[in-house]
Amino acid sequence: MAEPLLRVEKLVRRFGGIIATDHVSLDVAEGELHAIIGPNGAGKTTLISQLTGHLSPHSGSVLLGGRDITDLPAYRRCALGLARSFQITSLLLDFTAADNVALAAQAHAGTSFRFFANARKEKGLRDAAQAALDRVGLAHRADVLVSKLSHGERRQVELAVALASKPKLLLLDEPMAGLGVTESQGMVKLLQELRKEVSIVLVEHDMPAVFALADRISVLVYGRVIASGDPAAIRQNEDVKRAYLGDQHVVTHHG
Amino acid sequence: MKAITVSKAVTALMLAGLVLLPLYSQLSGNIFILTLFTRIIILALAAASLNLIMGFGGMMSFGHAAYLGIGGYAVGMLAQEGVGSGFIQFPVALAASAIYALVIGALSLRTRGVYFIMITLAFAQMAYYVASGLARYGGDDGLTIYKRSDFSGLIDLGNRVQFYYLCLACLFGVIFLIWRIVNSRFGLVVQGLRSNEQRMQAIGFPAKRYQLVCFVISGTMCGLAGALLANNTDFISPAVMYWTRSGDLMVMVILGGMGTLFGPVMGAVVFLLLEEFLSQITEYWALIMGPLLLLIVLFGRGGIMGALGRAGRG
Repeated sequence: MAEPLLRVEKLVRRFGGIIATDHVSLDVAEGELHAIIGPNGAGKTTLISQLTGHLSPHSGSVLLGGRDITDLPAYRRCALGLARSFQITSLLLDFTAADNVALAAQAHAGTSFRFFANARKEKGLRDAAQAALDRVGLAHRADVLVSKLSHGERRQVELAVALASKPKLLLLDEPMAGLGVTESQGMVKLLQELRKEVSIVLVEHDMPAVFALADRISVLVYGRVIASGDPAAIRQNEDVKRAYLGDQHVVTHHG
Repeated sequence: MKAITVSKAVTALMLAGLVLLPLYSQLSGNIFILTLFTRIIILALAAASLNLIMGFGGMMSFGHAAYLGIGGYAVGMLAQEGVGSGFIQFPVALAASAIYALVIGALSLRTRGVYFIMITLAFAQMAYYVASGLARYGGDDGLTIYKRSDFSGLIDLGNRVQFYYLCLACLFGVIFLIWRIVNSRFGLVVQGLRSNEQRMQAIGFPAKRYQLVCFVISGTMCGLAGALLANNTDFISPAVMYWTRSGDLMVMVILGGMGTLFGPVMGAVVFLLLEEFLSQITEYWALIMGPLLLLIVLFGRGGIMGALGRAGRG
């Protein structure tokens, strides 16, 4: 088997007495969309934060394309092709949408220790920003301050920012959080498109979306991966039904 | 839409006033006003440099007056040792300020928020006490500079008008540089870090090294103000580094409008004119000045520039 794009091995992270990540191992293959689901407090965001380098694990390792990145800071991982979106929208509110995305492009286009030339007039950066915004369907709002954008639009900017860094692996932390029904459908459609170009790790609560999109699903409960497999297998898995889905029939009645 | 906003008009008026001031001084024979405004311009330069890290970079440095002292002492100490050339004094003043900023910045930028404010303040107070201990250079009493920096006939700092224009040119030069910097790649990164550091790290920018470079640029600019200030007063003492002076600079920036190009200049002009004017009326001028500043800051969000911007729209 070829080397997976992302390999997580026996990752452990504790907060005081609580084990938020309990010996988690998982692989994400090139081109795969790997979803991570689990009830609230299962440790999904904690796991993502360790992948991006915002939190460091107590033990275990994270490998990107065979390279050990466990101890690299967030900005170095980003340079290696790891991009993330935040569960709670995290953007530069007093910058325009285009500026937000252009900065992400700038981070990957040569040095930023340039002090004199007007960066907003650099065609390469502006074009890259415009292309990424176009990709998420927000080109017409490029020059609006992010603080003036709606919640749904901000989620789209989050995605455009992640795309602008031309990542190999995209870590999406609940991209549908707080979106309305139509907005969610739009996002699913967008992710359908994106997955053709980039490998994705998707953390999401929206079950129909997850089962529609994922190649493989890992189920996280109390920091532990209790099951991992394709959507059909997960749907049949008794442990998953018992531990996570409970009485909700959201999975069984879908599809 | 009006093509010329109120804030732009007021700024242009103020700048024109600064350029024409020596003319007025000559015609009216009022030499005092020229001396006063030379000092205002030098402190406006210091405020503008503070604004680069505070307004654009979001780094609340409470020790900026230290650079005034370092720039000033570089000139004073060299003059004392018989090195009178401005071509040596000024570069030394800038280099000393840059090195101080590099060391202080590298240590201070490990902290954030209130701790950053306190640690920059602590370092500036340390510089103050070090200067007080320099017995050879006057210690507490300060050091008289008997001869202004000598630029070999290129420009005569002893001539009031020439010195005034040198200070004004330095101010305009620094504001031009700041304008280029804040719109450059580097400037956008620094402003992005002010806005959301976590996000900037996530898209691949190591925060600290950009902030440190910005801190050093700002300190160097303020060192220039220090060298000019020492020439203006023909005297340098630890008092220029005292923490209240750092506070004054912060007030000028906030009063004029943080994160605007000309706000600090506006703030310095208003602050120092008020101080001058009120202290002539009464000994207890600070009692009037304090509440007045409070009112401006409370009700004029974004300082004078912010208020003018609203007036333009209103």
